Amino acid sequence: MALSAAGRIPQADPGGSDVVRIGSDGGDAVTTATRDEVLSKVRDVLVDALGVDSEEVTPEATLQGDLGAESIDFLDIVFRLEKAFGIKVNRSELFPEEVLSNPDYVDNGKMTDEGISKLRSAMPHADLSDFEKDPQVERIRDLFTVDAIVNYVEQKLRAA
Amino acid sequence: MRWIWIDKFVEFEPGRRAVAVKNVTRAEEHLHDHLPGFPVMPASLVIEGMAQTAGILVGQARDFRENVILAKIRSASFDDYAVPGDTLAYEARIETLEDHGATTRGVVRRNGEEFGRVDLMFSHVGAAQVSGLPRHNFVFTESFMTLLRSFEPVGDAVRGGGA
Repeated sequence: MALSAAGRIPQADPGGSDVVRIGSDGGDAVTTATRDEVLSKVRDVLVDALGVDSEEVTPEATLQGDLGAESIDFLDIVFRLEKAFGIKVNRSELFPEEVLSNPDYVDNGKMTDEGISKLRSAMPHADLSDFEKDPQVERIRDLFTVDAIVNYVEQKLRAA
Repeated sequence: MRWIWIDKFVEFEPGRRAVAVKNVTRAEEHLHDHLPGFPVMPASLVIEGMAQTAGILVGQARDFRENVILAKIRSASFDDYAVPGDTLAYEARIETLEDHGATTRGVVRRNGEEFGRVDLMFSHVGAAQVSGLPRHNFVFTESFMTLLRSFEPVGDAVRGGGA
């Protein structure tokens, strides 16, 4: 599965061969993980949290539209990511609701340039390229893709 | 009738683990219809029993400052039925406890033998978010606190954090 460069966090190598350090469930032992390994664990998390089939969890799949996540599932996903990767997940980093649902950033059903700019800094793990072409607020939910979660986790593992 | 599906706590380790028991009895009216001639405790009520055990455990861990709302049944599986005369023991353990909520893992034993597993997720809801909603929507009312007070072995420790 090819991953677009735009869908990756800025410092990531688009070749897909980058290696990040990853904690085990216990958080003690440290091994190295490729992006595929991160994706594989994220897939397990989403299969458990959302009751979907593993094949449905493609990098492009959107959490709400494609995988049927409801709002409460986001908290479940946060808890499961923390356990699976031994990282601390800040819910408002992964899903920055204060930007996403701020009426100041909406004009005539579309997100304003200021809002998009805020979103870009708040969600470096999301691919905004398609959204920017037609920033209808109802398309915001499509920013939450499996790829965005993988990017976020990689970002966290690098920082750890 | 208050919606209480546990009879008493038999073990309570604050912030960690609790065990509550429930005696299933033929006097429970719903068993006359579920099912006619074949009384079986509905699995949904077994889950409710675990949710109450785990919910009080989670609430007590933070001194009942937040309302603890059952947000999600992460998984539930049962190997058999519970019928009148059975004693269920709900053992709940806190897996995660954070500002937003908590997750618990649970084992249900029937007459001492494991017969089900129920893993739950709770969401913490502060007073500001529930203002205007009726108080009886939430679990930590007087009748629930009585359950903890009637638990003698660690009663003092638990009472200290009462609502």
